[in-house]
Amino acid sequence: MTELYSKSLKELQELLGKKEITALDLTKATFERIKETEPTIDAFITLNEEKALAQAAKIDENGIEAGSLAGIPIGIKDNIVTKNLLTTAASKMLYNFDPIYDATVMEKLYDAEMIPVGKLNMDEFAMGGSTETSYFKKTKNAWNQTKVPGGSSGGSAAAVASGQVVASLGSDTGGSIRQPAAFNGIVGMKPTYGRISRYGLIAFSSSLDQIGPMTRNVEDNAILLEAISGWDKKDSTSAQLEVPNFTEGINDGVKGMRIAVPKEYMGEGIAPGVRKAVEEAINKYKELGAVVEEVSLPHSKYGVEVYYIVASSEASSNLQRFDGIRYGYRSENVKDLEDIYVNSRSEGFGSEVKRRIMLGTFSLSAGFYDAYFRKAGQVRTLIKNDFDKVFEEYDLIIAPTTPTIAYGLGENITDPITMYMGDILTIPVNLAGLPGMSIPCGFSDEMPVGLQIIGKAFDERTMYRAAQAFETATDHHKKLPTILGGSN
Amino acid sequence: MSINQEQVKHVAKLSKLSFSEEEVVGLTDKLSEIITMVERLGEVDTTGVAVTTNVIHDINVMREDVAVEGTDRDLLMRNVPTSGDGYIKVPAMLDNGEAGA
Repeated sequence: MTELYSKSLKELQELLGKKEITALDLTKATFERIKETEPTIDAFITLNEEKALAQAAKIDENGIEAGSLAGIPIGIKDNIVTKNLLTTAASKMLYNFDPIYDATVMEKLYDAEMIPVGKLNMDEFAMGGSTETSYFKKTKNAWNQTKVPGGSSGGSAAAVASGQVVASLGSDTGGSIRQPAAFNGIVGMKPTYGRISRYGLIAFSSSLDQIGPMTRNVEDNAILLEAISGWDKKDSTSAQLEVPNFTEGINDGVKGMRIAVPKEYMGEGIAPGVRKAVEEAINKYKELGAVVEEVSLPHSKYGVEVYYIVASSEASSNLQRFDGIRYGYRSENVKDLEDIYVNSRSEGFGSEVKRRIMLGTFSLSAGFYDAYFRKAGQVRTLIKNDFDKVFEEYDLIIAPTTPTIAYGLGENITDPITMYMGDILTIPVNLAGLPGMSIPCGFSDEMPVGLQIIGKAFDERTMYRAAQAFETATDHHKKLPTILGGSN
Repeated sequence: MSINQEQVKHVAKLSKLSFSEEEVVGLTDKLSEIITMVERLGEVDTTGVAVTTNVIHDINVMREDVAVEGTDRDLLMRNVPTSGDGYIKVPAMLDNGEAGA
């Protein structure tokens, strides 16, 4: 079966529903594609071939209902816990961790009879913006293998963009779905905080983390979000709301829709090529009948500072559980119990993770708590208030996803502040708990540019409608990297 | 403010991490840079502003007080680096008095 890898999730659903292909055909073709491209892309840490093929055969035996997700292969970011399938969070600390339970999103995927084909590379414990902090490998950008794929869901993005899988799950704490989606020219959605259960997501920053879908087009993304959303009794932060049909009304267009563009998101620091592509997108929305106006989010410029206090503080607490006692890496260089803790953590964590634990512990420590953690929490309130005010008058906010296109491998890895600034346009959304997505909106220097769409809490449907209107009216998503049959 | 090497060593102790002298020097520089960046928050007037630590309204979730079957012990021990007789094995913690406790 040729070129199944270039088809959309919806097209694959149709082929499976009409029995033109079987789940086993598709799963075999997926692994062939992964093996063919993996030496170039390096997106996977662990493959799930044997179990995936057995699951596919069983699905075929039971029969596939038309329109279901049964038999569709999917890649999973390696910080999502998978029963009987190694889950490493790209860390030496968890290099051998074999979970005894599934994350709630995994249970939902299995209920939908989707087929997890493997675990995708990421920045260690989701800390980073380039997937270069992974203990295992450096994933390459699907468009240019000398460039980073973004992070921390870089494996999830590159696997989709290169046609290894039609869809993947990522997680987003400060932009970790949207930024790699932008760098790889795909669609990445960070849903409203609480839309999806975080049970079984290895916690980095509990008040910010959210799982989300990554796909090659908007409608596929909406289909997948619906499958993984919903209240979960195992996660008290998940919202007790009914899951909407995210594809209903997706083609209704943007006529009359009120869209805001924050002037702070288009200011200095945005690369000219990114600005040009986003300005063209703004004009496209105007042509399509939306009312687009400039607004101000004055406190968003403090987002990076707030994020690094909040996220590092929560990380320092969450990562205390990695102590070498019950699971994961244990140092052999130990004399007593204290040595197990200190040596296992010092040898098991990479330098970026250790830096953030240190920053978080510092901000929470006696004498510094008020000046750092408390202050950051107050500015977080002001950032959230700014969004609330804009959403009193507007349906959506649009902006660039990232200030620049993907940069070179190794270019920024020794400079944490430059790396942190790469998330300046996505972080405020997490601090406010709002949904944000990135869709392809053009190219600069032959690399993709992402348009960020930010919505009201739990209003992902309006975001998908606006994203679909743009995708239908433009060809950016049709341009493909060479590895997927394009000519870049 | 900048953070000094003694403070870095103190925070490392709280974090249960150890660093070589050379690493402490590099870490002190990087953390100082980040802390200097973060201090820009001082220019924001936050008088009377409430702290946001989570965007959801926290509700305590209580389950019924009903006994449920626990997780199988063999499963729980599957990822334990060293175990014996159903227990986790660690180095003796009392050999050197309180220092090992």
